[in-house]
Amino acid sequence: MSESDATNALSVRNVVKQFGSGPNAVTALNNVSVDIQSNEFFTLLGPSGCGKTTLLRLTAGFEQPTAGEIFLFGEEIEDLPPHERPVNTVFQHYALFPHMTVEENIGFGLRMQKWSGPEIRARVNETLALVKMEQFATRKPVQLSGGQQQRIALARALAPRPKVLLLDEPLSALDLKLRQAMRNELKTLQRETGITFIFVTHDQEEALTMSDRIAVMSAGLIQQIGAPLEIYERPINRFVADFIGDTNFIETRIDQVSGNRALCVAGGELQFETDVVDGHGIGDAVTLAVRPERITLQKTMLRSKDMPVIEEATYLGTDTSYEINIGDGVVVTVRDQNAEAGMGRFAAGENVKLTFSDGAARMLVD
Amino acid sequence: MSEKTPKKRKGFVLGYYPGMNMWTLFFFVYLYMPMVVLVAYSFNDGNRAQIWQGFSTRWFYRAFINDDIQNAALNSLIIAVCATVVATVLATLAALVLARGGEFRGRSASLGMVTLPLIVPEIATAVATLSFFAIIGFQLGMLSIIIAHTVFCIPFAFLPIRARLEGMDTDLEQAAGDLYANAWETFRFVTLPILAPGIVAGAMLAFIISVDDFIITLMVSGAGATTLPLYIYGMIRQGITPEVNVISTVMLAISIAFITAYWFISARGDTVKGH
Repeated sequence: MSESDATNALSVRNVVKQFGSGPNAVTALNNVSVDIQSNEFFTLLGPSGCGKTTLLRLTAGFEQPTAGEIFLFGEEIEDLPPHERPVNTVFQHYALFPHMTVEENIGFGLRMQKWSGPEIRARVNETLALVKMEQFATRKPVQLSGGQQQRIALARALAPRPKVLLLDEPLSALDLKLRQAMRNELKTLQRETGITFIFVTHDQEEALTMSDRIAVMSAGLIQQIGAPLEIYERPINRFVADFIGDTNFIETRIDQVSGNRALCVAGGELQFETDVVDGHGIGDAVTLAVRPERITLQKTMLRSKDMPVIEEATYLGTDTSYEINIGDGVVVTVRDQNAEAGMGRFAAGENVKLTFSDGAARMLVD
Repeated sequence: MSEKTPKKRKGFVLGYYPGMNMWTLFFFVYLYMPMVVLVAYSFNDGNRAQIWQGFSTRWFYRAFINDDIQNAALNSLIIAVCATVVATVLATLAALVLARGGEFRGRSASLGMVTLPLIVPEIATAVATLSFFAIIGFQLGMLSIIIAHTVFCIPFAFLPIRARLEGMDTDLEQAAGDLYANAWETFRFVTLPILAPGIVAGAMLAFIISVDDFIITLMVSGAGATTLPLYIYGMIRQGITPEVNVISTVMLAISIAFITAYWFISARGDTVKGH
């Protein structure tokens, strides 16, 4: 029973997906396994071509895996056609039926499941209310704006109360303000309906703000699975650290080791203390990841060639970004919040003192 | 870039050249003159087609009560309806396979082969069809005309249907499947309604091509299977009478009505295409 744990909404087991055959075969998914819990807002995050949409389409049934199994609440589904799977999809370009009204679009899934007329009407009205589109019931999709079409696509997929809702970059076609509003709304909808959402996006901000858990994907593999905080604070490798937010990568060597902690010296005399990964020992070359906002800048009266010096200051509105040479040709980016009006606190050419807490740096698995 | 644009307009553009609009006028006159003459003379009162003797609709009446014309018109109608129905159904099936059946060997070759008969000289098709019927010993008559018409109607019916299908997002069919519609229900409730304008357009095109056909019909028609174009040709050999003008005018009116409807359906179809 461990293979198909029924408490998981979706279990993907060693799934491989290749397109084409022979020497031209492209591997979209390379032995992927993931468990998605019931009632979870789960995000597949990655750049285009990483396999996130392929995984979604395999779950919906539009593609068949080359190898591996997919379980939906313990039931093996990878061989079922799409119309026999109790999952619904919100398509990237909505795919609303142009010849049907909003009502008919939302009722389509119910009609195909042979619901009675009054039952369909009741559920359609209930779902229209859920997405706040009651007054558009008799319109055709072409008469709606992009944001409105988006809501109808959502309502159509939610109306049959699927066991899992699949969302394929549904916000990518909306403008920024609408996208931000829809994020909150999607999260609320997920909580209200209690349906498991599997959300595909390449937008890290979307993923961080909405998800219970995120799977970061790249090159057909899941690189890391975790809560947004975990993914951001403790990226497992260079790809994840680089893809989510901004990161300074500092190449250095381990100077001292005591227990599970290592001390690394970078640039002039900047000392970072981190957990040891991969069983590295003294003298090993390692990469440290440090977030730009985790380093604090302090004014200093000292002037010296060996001190960190600001090479460039870029005003960004909410904060200022500094390129700081910390010696030995190592340059780090530091973000400093603009607590007061005007340009940042420091100017190019100024010496500064860098401080950071123990957890600021993280040793990466390369 | 923006500064260059007005400069360019001052240069030599043939369309702005004085007197060019005259040529355009000539072009349209040249194009439509024979038809205008034909239509005008169908309202001629005289007994000779070429001499104008005042306005009358009496030849319309004469033509409509003529039994031979009625028979020929009925034959044309039966042939066109049968050929259109068969050709449209076959073309729809072919378009579905070629546009939705995924990749298979010979897919692009078959696309070309469906449309090839459009550019084959009609006389060649006519001779080929006649030889074919002669070889297999098929009796010439209404049935042979219907079969021959079905053949050349297929590519005309196929083109608008395929164009419509290519413009239709496969997402829509996937969405239907995702919402619990099986293959038949997906076709019935999503593909077919969206495809309908293409099918109607294809059928109208096929119908008008069938009604107007002369060369192939002449070859494969047996005794007693005279269509309207064949009848007109027969009448003209005995001299052009006002009756010929009348039938031609009526056929012209039907053609124009169909082509206009075809354009409207195609244009309306475009706005339904979705996002």
